[in-house]
Amino acid sequence: MRAFAALLERLAFTPQRNGKITHLKQYFSATPDPARGLALAAITGDLGLKAVTPSLLRGLAAERVDPELFAMSYDFVGDLAETIALIWQPASTTTDVPLPELVDELTNTPKSQLPARIADRLDTMSANDRYAYLKLATGGLRVGVSGRLARMALADFGSLPLADVEEIWHGLTPPYANLFAWAEGGEKPEAAAHAPFRPVMLSTPTDLAALSGYDRAEYVAEWKWDGIRVQAVCDQGTRRLYTRTGDDISAAFPDIIDALDFDGTLDGELLIKRDDIIAPFGDLQKRLGRKTVSRKMQESHPAHMRVYDVLMWEGHDLRALPFAERRGQMDQIIKTIDQPRIDLSPLLDFATWDDLAALRADPPDTVIEGVMIKRRDSPYLGGRMKGPWFKWKRDPMLIDAVLMYAQRGHGKRSGFYSDFTFGVWDADALVPVGKAYFGFTDDELKELDRFVRNNTTETFGPVRALKPLKVVEVAFEGLNRSPRHKSGVAMRFPRISRIRDDKPAAEADQIQTLRDMLD
Amino acid sequence: MSTASGLLEIRPEGLYCPPGGFYIDPVKPVDKALITHGHADHARAGHGAVMATSQTLDIMAIRYGEDFTGSRQIANGTQTVNDVSVSFHPAGHVLGSAQIKITHKSTGTAVITGDYSRQPNPACAPFEPVPCDILVTEATFALPVFRHPDPLGEIARVLASIEAFPDRAHLIGAYALGKAQRVIMLLRMAGWDCPIFIHGALQRLCDYHIDQGVPLGDLRPATIDRGKKSDFAGQIILGPPSAFAATWAQRFPDPVICFASGWMQVRARARQRGVELPLIISDHVDWPDLTQTITELNPAETWVTHGREDALLRWCELQGRTARPLRLLGYEEEQD
Repeated sequence: MRAFAALLERLAFTPQRNGKITHLKQYFSATPDPARGLALAAITGDLGLKAVTPSLLRGLAAERVDPELFAMSYDFVGDLAETIALIWQPASTTTDVPLPELVDELTNTPKSQLPARIADRLDTMSANDRYAYLKLATGGLRVGVSGRLARMALADFGSLPLADVEEIWHGLTPPYANLFAWAEGGEKPEAAAHAPFRPVMLSTPTDLAALSGYDRAEYVAEWKWDGIRVQAVCDQGTRRLYTRTGDDISAAFPDIIDALDFDGTLDGELLIKRDDIIAPFGDLQKRLGRKTVSRKMQESHPAHMRVYDVLMWEGHDLRALPFAERRGQMDQIIKTIDQPRIDLSPLLDFATWDDLAALRADPPDTVIEGVMIKRRDSPYLGGRMKGPWFKWKRDPMLIDAVLMYAQRGHGKRSGFYSDFTFGVWDADALVPVGKAYFGFTDDELKELDRFVRNNTTETFGPVRALKPLKVVEVAFEGLNRSPRHKSGVAMRFPRISRIRDDKPAAEADQIQTLRDMLD
Repeated sequence: MSTASGLLEIRPEGLYCPPGGFYIDPVKPVDKALITHGHADHARAGHGAVMATSQTLDIMAIRYGEDFTGSRQIANGTQTVNDVSVSFHPAGHVLGSAQIKITHKSTGTAVITGDYSRQPNPACAPFEPVPCDILVTEATFALPVFRHPDPLGEIARVLASIEAFPDRAHLIGAYALGKAQRVIMLLRMAGWDCPIFIHGALQRLCDYHIDQGVPLGDLRPATIDRGKKSDFAGQIILGPPSAFAATWAQRFPDPVICFASGWMQVRARARQRGVELPLIISDHVDWPDLTQTITELNPAETWVTHGREDALLRWCELQGRTARPLRLLGYEEEQD
């Protein structure tokens, strides 16, 4: 437990991905099975302990501490598990109980006996262990490690190809002993589960100049739809919908799951489609990140899958076939599936790269964010390699905005003001419209940092308010309506593309310019 | 209690002793001030006369210049000031820090703790319990969630982190008076014999500690001109926390930001400051030491100055102790 508690502590305070991966790898190599696998499951949220509720914890605290003192403490600390961990009477001697023993106990103790059992455990732990234990028991570790990042650390730890780890991940269950055995030189585990995730094939960016070096005849093209890339699987009756990083989002899209009435694995774009109209990305966002979805939401925001590729079909692995052959089979497959929620992304008709440029410049639908270009002979390969598939995105939207607030960055950017909030004019006042923390070069970062230091009007904790002087060109990929933002709009992937020292702040854009960009 | 009222009272300038005609740690310039220790919100420049330990007087001169007060008087044994006798007793907070004991023959004895700590601190003399009728105590960390761990355990975490990230510099934020020297001494006790690099703002107070017999070891300026970034890989650098927001931090390779403070007990506090390695090292009493000190001294009245007064008053109420809040203004949330 002590090692796990120390790991959580370091992860919670390490902002950089690489730093987190280092901590995870060190933990994996220093910790035996099954503790490391249980820790991994706890971090990725796959442990599934449910019995310990906040009210149970409050009850424990009330038995030990004066309620007024507890309330004052909770008010100051702001986190229930942390308050209890700190306020609990320290143990005279602490025992380092193995993590598996604690997980087993939390899983199997009858609910009526759980409070007393937990109190006993807290009595023999250090404060740091108490915190980790209570977080483990209640779930929600909040250490900023996604499932993807944990898998990257594991792949790195065992020098395994990430794609292979992703492919078998969903077939494995905690404590992942076979996975760790593989990482340490043993056999690769069989992908035992039904409906496994297959690593997704990704593309690299291109433009007209680069494309002119390629033979047009060797490529086909199709629209790049602005939804999220998904993989839909039905394997002997088990149905799953995965994101392109292998996260299982089946529960949020029962409408799609219902339509997976086949045996195979399809690659496509998840969209919201009402009749023949594809809805903007913002509509899809309302359905993402949910554990469940109401019937009402399914009716008002019906999900749709537009298919790009087929990986498996009726027991056959088609990934080694050339794209042109897979595509040829897809026409028939989509007809066979015969579900209105599933259709095929059409191929584009073009003779030259210039023709394609013209199509890209004027797409028939606003929910198209560019074109995909695929080599006819490309097999389906997991990962991102240069050559077989290209994405040629629509030019980003641009706006000239004024820097309003700045905050310092972390790690390599420690000491630099690198996180910016920018705004545009609404009559005489600036209204914040977004945040950006990349897009600039190292030299530009230094220039911006100097500007922040010399032009601060006020500080709010770590945030500095700035004189409205610095104009930057902000590039972004799309714009959604957002009632949560004061401006009423939310940008996708905003970044600072240029510093406009040539432009006085008064000539930055007006909010109306952004509103006009909403479709 | 009636005895209490005559000995001390609250004025806008701070805590005042009418029979003695002086203030203790006043927040505004006054004619005569008794100063517990050299931290800025307790020791201000511009008083007519200051009485303090010789080390506190030296520290005030280092910080404010030799003319920081009209006249100085070194606290030495029991001295008479007007109708009261005063004496200074170690508080264990920082070098030179003292509690001030005031005795008036008819109204009794008060002890003003100033800031104090009961953890061993290799950079200053240990706290001395002084029996009294009125205990005027600080309450910076007066919540039952504050239990300061063994500071050597915290230092061990820094050394483990250096092992994990040998290419990164470790920047420890520590206030210039007291905390910085204590952290250096703890690092030395933990076996860190390498040079420790310090920000220019720490130089004179570190030099003064060495003069006073606190062996800080090999200290070097962290401000070498044209020093290569990589020179600082795997090294420990100390600076005042304010420097971390300045361009100063930019010279170090991918720094791990550490901060040595009692506030680091609370995760949200550490995150707000952008701290990657919080070190819970405090120069103030934690909750157990604070309540234990009150129990041990068993004063007739406990007066609570700056900090979390409400929680300590609640505890006194539960213990059946007479207590009152002073609600002194002018002390910011204690830097620690």
